[in-house]
Amino acid sequence: MIVETKYFKINEPVSLESGKELKEVEVAYETYGTLNEKGDNAILLLHALTGDAHAAGYHEGDKKPGWWDDMVGSGKAFDTDKYFVICSNMLGGCKGTTGPASINPDTGREYGLDFPVITIEDVVKVQKKLIDFLGVKKLCVAGGSMGGMQAMEWALAHNDMVTHVIIIASTPKLSAQSIAFNAVGRNAILSDPNWNHGNYYHGEKPDKGLAIARMVGHITYLCEEAMQNKFARRFQDKDSPDFSFDIDFEVESYLAHQGEIFVDRFDANSYLYITKAVDYFDIEAKYGSLEDAFKDTKAKYLIISFTSDWLFPTAQSKELCNALMKNKKDISFCEIESPCGHDAFLLEYETQTKIIKSFLKENSYE
Amino acid sequence: MNKHYLESKGLHLNYSIISNIIDSGSTVLDLGCGDGTLLKMLKNKGVHARGIDINQDNIVKCLEKGLSVIQGDIDEGLQEYPDKSYNYVILNQTLQSTEKPDFVIKEMLRVGEKVVVSFPNFAYWKVRFYLMFKGKMPKSRILPFQWYDTPNIHLLTIEDFHEFARNNGFKIEKTICMTKAKVRKSIFHKIFDNFFTEEVIFVISK
Repeated sequence: MIVETKYFKINEPVSLESGKELKEVEVAYETYGTLNEKGDNAILLLHALTGDAHAAGYHEGDKKPGWWDDMVGSGKAFDTDKYFVICSNMLGGCKGTTGPASINPDTGREYGLDFPVITIEDVVKVQKKLIDFLGVKKLCVAGGSMGGMQAMEWALAHNDMVTHVIIIASTPKLSAQSIAFNAVGRNAILSDPNWNHGNYYHGEKPDKGLAIARMVGHITYLCEEAMQNKFARRFQDKDSPDFSFDIDFEVESYLAHQGEIFVDRFDANSYLYITKAVDYFDIEAKYGSLEDAFKDTKAKYLIISFTSDWLFPTAQSKELCNALMKNKKDISFCEIESPCGHDAFLLEYETQTKIIKSFLKENSYE
Repeated sequence: MNKHYLESKGLHLNYSIISNIIDSGSTVLDLGCGDGTLLKMLKNKGVHARGIDINQDNIVKCLEKGLSVIQGDIDEGLQEYPDKSYNYVILNQTLQSTEKPDFVIKEMLRVGEKVVVSFPNFAYWKVRFYLMFKGKMPKSRILPFQWYDTPNIHLLTIEDFHEFARNNGFKIEKTICMTKAKVRKSIFHKIFDNFFTEEVIFVISK
């Protein structure tokens, strides 16, 4: 499936939760499948921290497919023969949607730190404008990790439109530990001399800081078992240590590589803004309690967690489950056995496919 | 689990009887709901039903039937469920497989206004005779396992359950005795129910 990223320009200012406003917002998005006449067969996929609009298929000439290609396509979990599947890059991102690396219409230069601080609510607000533009009337929303937070926000903010909510490896609020990891990542960027208060778009970039942020992040996406299975204590291209501070272990080499490839595809300022939006996300704080928050929602919920995910552990998914159950919502929950850590939502596609297909099928989202 | 085995053999016939006990419009929590056959039946008659099961394949089967199902271990209790949050809590053919049956029943009585519980009666005459004449752990249609691989770790009798109810102060509202998957109502059965009943369904409350 050859696909291409399209762009949608919002022709009005977008006001943000912080009280500030963005004059111009452009949204990068992709769609797969066809919207039916009633406009009620749409599924919006919501990407995680560093994802983009390219969820499935191949871009012309690319060797690698989109980030959730295992799950999206003909006959797959999100079956493009039946559904109109949409994915857009989030506000504040750096993959085509307006973010800190975009040009500020007021100055003619990149926003940098002039970009307003955004929240998950703002992200969803922008997505809603795209969804309306596409003519969608009823919507299933699905996302893993931060994508799951957006799915929750969708259910809360657009109760009349959202019929099905799929929340995978996510949480209604970050734990102190998760915020701490994000803080370390941000500090790595902020302390890189090249960061220069966010003004680096015309010189050296804060690649070192961003790479370290990615390394920290990556550790949290795996788990002890996954790392042990993958690397154990093996040395990189040698049999004994160097007695130096160069890379000795395979795991070091792996993290360094993850950092290096990340800086080529991601903007350091976007990383700051997006991790902040994730840290701020807290449904309880906003609505008083989880129960109160979801009281009036009408959607059907599917919540999935993974046994080895210690970043957003099962207990956090269950907290959400319990709030929904107390509200007598139609909710199903599944904890998938996996050794893959938080990343499982991108990897364990076979079990997820079975579960999601069943959920969409009989709940007559067809 | 015993129940899953029975389901796979198509041997589970008390669903319609349990379904008849429950009024449409009521709320039901089915513990160890298996593949969701009973839940689906209940849902079709307008019951707001939710299931809990530990087995992932069963979760998928329930989802395929459009049911609301939560993966979880009932031996860990129902602490997330508020008091009296369901009209009925059902434990069908699973009591004898739980690690802490007394705890599970107490939790069910806390969460549900009424509890429906069914189990194979270990005092059924064929079971007694099996042990008496063969001198081996009884095997039957609804107790098909070997002693070493059986999930039925807390087998009990109707009399045991009556005693349990007395000791714990809950009320038996209804007793349905079944043999060979049929409800037995004769006087004979009533008097000697612990002897002639293969499987029993109790409706209890606190």
